Amino acid sequence: MSVAPLTDSLVRTRPRYGEQVIKGVLVAAAAVSIATTFGIVASLVIPTVEFFREISVVDFLTGTEWTPLFADGKFGVLPLVSGTFVITGIAVAVAIPLGLGAAIYLSEYASARSRRVLKPTLEVLAGIPTVVFGFFALEFVTNVLLRRLFPGIEVFNALSAGLVMGIMIIPMVASLSEDAMAAVPAGLRDGSYALGASKRQTAVKVVIPAALSGIVAAFVLGISRAIGETMIVTIAAGLEPRLVPNPLQGMQTMTSYIAAAGAGDLPTGSIEYQSIFAVGFLLFLITLLMNIGSIRLVRRYRQAYQ
Amino acid sequence: MSVEEDLVGQGTPAADRIFRWLLFIALGIGILTLVVLLATVTIKGAPRLDPALITNMPSLRFPERAGAQSAITGTLWVITFTALFSLPTGILAAVYLEEFARPGGRFQRIVELNIQNLAAVPSIVYGILGLGVFVRALALGQSVVAAALTLALLVLPIVIIATREALRAVPRSIREGSLALGATPWQTTYRQTLPAAIPGIATGVILAVSRAAGEAAPLLMVGAVGFITFNPDGLLAGYTTLPIQIFNWTKDSREEFQVLASAAIVLLLVLLLALNFTAIWIRNRTQKRW
Repeated sequence: MSVAPLTDSLVRTRPRYGEQVIKGVLVAAAAVSIATTFGIVASLVIPTVEFFREISVVDFLTGTEWTPLFADGKFGVLPLVSGTFVITGIAVAVAIPLGLGAAIYLSEYASARSRRVLKPTLEVLAGIPTVVFGFFALEFVTNVLLRRLFPGIEVFNALSAGLVMGIMIIPMVASLSEDAMAAVPAGLRDGSYALGASKRQTAVKVVIPAALSGIVAAFVLGISRAIGETMIVTIAAGLEPRLVPNPLQGMQTMTSYIAAAGAGDLPTGSIEYQSIFAVGFLLFLITLLMNIGSIRLVRRYRQAYQ
Repeated sequence: MSVEEDLVGQGTPAADRIFRWLLFIALGIGILTLVVLLATVTIKGAPRLDPALITNMPSLRFPERAGAQSAITGTLWVITFTALFSLPTGILAAVYLEEFARPGGRFQRIVELNIQNLAAVPSIVYGILGLGVFVRALALGQSVVAAALTLALLVLPIVIIATREALRAVPRSIREGSLALGATPWQTTYRQTLPAAIPGIATGVILAVSRAAGEAAPLLMVGAVGFITFNPDGLLAGYTTLPIQIFNWTKDSREEFQVLASAAIVLLLVLLLALNFTAIWIRNRTQKRW
């Protein structure tokens, strides 16, 4: 191996094609994620457009009957949307108070030692597959608990699906809210204590308001997660589209319709097959708006304190 | 004793004590549910936690002898290929974003926002993508490869985010030292930064794989629902997975199948817990302090 003169080694004499090729490969890998988004949008939009050639957008969005498999099928999505929102509402009513409570406890009250045990234990919940939660909703929550409390309850009902879904999203709400509370500067807490406030007053009147945008972002992400959850509702809430607000009855959601219709071998190009994509597109739009909203909120608290 | 405790008076007001208890209960309900869930499936599944669960094929007529062999091998096939598809792509994408992209540049910002959004897209929507693109448009059918590609896209954001965090934890001085010795940016990444980040990457990757192993909704869409009594023998073979098998058994109202579903759940949870503990073990063991 010859030793190059000093000047040559410092001045790059030949372009490094290898580096350029590698950089190209890396850019391509990063572009896969963008291609995925385009793939999702394209695979949703194209059949949805076909679908709306047959069914008017207004009928779809305002129709109150969803009977895609009948000979003279009706495609009014409201029963699916109402089912989704009833179950999401129950889930949120569980997850927001419990998740926020757990976050305040972990962030403001728990000692470092108990935090090290409690936090990972709670996070195990987040790692349980949703099909397992679905089984639990049906076998335990409906059969063991709810049937005793409400003798008239249907086997497949919105209540058990909503309750279990709420438990499922507790860790997510708790850990994101806790992150936001941890970002609140200690000086704010100290100032509050110095003014004679108790721990509760400090948590409720100082820490929560200061972390509010992050906490709201956690709620929004939790709601979006509940709207998109599939297996729990498919297993425990039944497959009957019904425009009823009674949580003791079964109802179909957007996701459980997609799963049921997608699992059935519908012929490509049929209106039933396209309806999967139309409902999927609506679901995608709803969750996308919520996600963008929560990303904005998180940015706001990051800017405020970092 | 911390400063706060010194400053808060000796007698805590009743409202404060009640508040503290309510918070603890909020946390406790989640943990209690976890315990009840684990107890329910273990007790219910206990009679069928036998070797036949692993060695026998599913059966519609003989639930007492039915097993999950095809589901276990199917799960292994699908998650192996999910890992093979998503790991290189995810790690290279993260390397680009962290090491090569101009910080704050336009492409970087777009990709970042895009990944954040993808991470929150419902898994069933990935199933729709898989159905429309892999199963039908690319005509891969209801095969192992269609399932693995679908799940690979689903876990890609997790791999990218975990890898970026691991890379970010490697101190700048390592990179600067390497560059100062005349290494090119890629040599620096390949020989210094990436090896130093491997423990963090491995942890994230295992978590991504365990997420894929527990997913059912997208696989319903790409055709894992069939009654499968054989092990997959190739990328284009039909398959079923443990979560899907559990779902199928849950749907059957006969009590024996509910027991079988519980036993299979225990099996799935043991698999996932093993993966998670491996991740924690790797993290604790190889954690480097700079």
